Amino acid sequence: MRVVAGHVSKKFNRRSVFRDISFVVEKGEVFGITGRNGSGKSTLLRIIGGLLTPSGGNLQYTHDERPVPAEQLYQYIGYVAPYLTLYEEFSAEENIVLYARLRGMTIDTSHTRRLLERVGLPTDRKDAIRSFSSGMKQRMRLVFAILHEPPLLLLDEPVSNLDSEGMAIVYTLLQEFRARGTVILATNDAEDIAHCDRCISVEAV
Amino acid sequence: MIRQALAVFRKDLASELRTRYAINALLMFVVVTLAVIMFALAGETLSPGALTGMLWVVMFFAAMSGLSRSFVAEEERGTTMTLQLLATPMGVYLGKLLFNLVLVMALNLFIVLLFLLTMDQFVVKQFGLFWVVMLLGSLGIASATTIIAAIIAKANTKGTLFPVLSFPVLLPLLMAGINATKIAVEDQHWDAVWPDLQLLASYIVVITTVSFLLFDFVWKD
Repeated sequence: MRVVAGHVSKKFNRRSVFRDISFVVEKGEVFGITGRNGSGKSTLLRIIGGLLTPSGGNLQYTHDERPVPAEQLYQYIGYVAPYLTLYEEFSAEENIVLYARLRGMTIDTSHTRRLLERVGLPTDRKDAIRSFSSGMKQRMRLVFAILHEPPLLLLDEPVSNLDSEGMAIVYTLLQEFRARGTVILATNDAEDIAHCDRCISVEAV
Repeated sequence: MIRQALAVFRKDLASELRTRYAINALLMFVVVTLAVIMFALAGETLSPGALTGMLWVVMFFAAMSGLSRSFVAEEERGTTMTLQLLATPMGVYLGKLLFNLVLVMALNLFIVLLFLLTMDQFVVKQFGLFWVVMLLGSLGIASATTIIAAIIAKANTKGTLFPVLSFPVLLPLLMAGINATKIAVEDQHWDAVWPDLQLLASYIVVITTVSFLLFDFVWKD
């Protein structure tokens, strides 16, 4: 998937977060967004993910040489961020089935188990995920991002709360997605940045 | 879109059956309100019109105490953004509307049955017409409260805003509903109720169409 951002800016009321950001991310790239705390990295990632509307500029998405309409963008992206909340009253398996249904997919138990094993989560836990640790919840977020095998993966601080094994899983996913899609990563972590092909730095206005 | 709507509906239903947040609040409200009315009216004789008005007052405030949960719960749990990433605005709206519709229909059925059992003076002469009015009233309440709940979910003073915004929006529905129910209770001819039924049906069509058109703007930032 190809992402082209042209002169993107964002204001909340009258407060300007960032201004005039332009970049092109090609298929097969891991693209990093860095910047100080409060510079607007997460805001920019939310704009790329279609969760926020930019105050100025525009974004264009192309998949297999065809433009992706804004209203269908959610089908093409997988999004991981610590601020994405899971349905904590349901178990891991119930959450996966729910997410699959919302995406119009049918999913069987073996597929669910494979996904949980892929991120190193136990397949036999039936309790609600409110009892999971923050690291386990972050792994669940990874499952939801890769569930529909999207061509664009948006990662905001993907290794937050993760142990070394969890971090290794994230970096393996990065390599897998690099081979068949595009990854945009918002981070300040030096190890994350080392996995990026290119980076831009966002500066607060 | 229909599959997404059904997935949202099933999710909300499963979540509600597990947490029982809205159901418990609604049932407690209905039982307590009817008990207070019974104690207050002990030995009093009321006209069918006054009893009909009381029935609709209970239905309105019961809806106010629980129907905003569908969107407020997503906002409070922080799952709004998760849902935005998973489904189209229309899929979410339809699913929430369906959930509110099922909830308000079950709630109104419970209120009416309790009302009929506990209020001896409340005698319905035309049951067919009465249930048609209840059905249209439930549809209207569910449709109006779903879009209002989506609007107030992002506000800081959700609890206050919901009834304040809902009352003027629901007023035409309440007036037509009370009038039509009174006719069903007093055994007047169907011709007398026709304008109210037309108003109820038009209200549902208008409010649902406007909600469809507006929801995209309400749901995104």
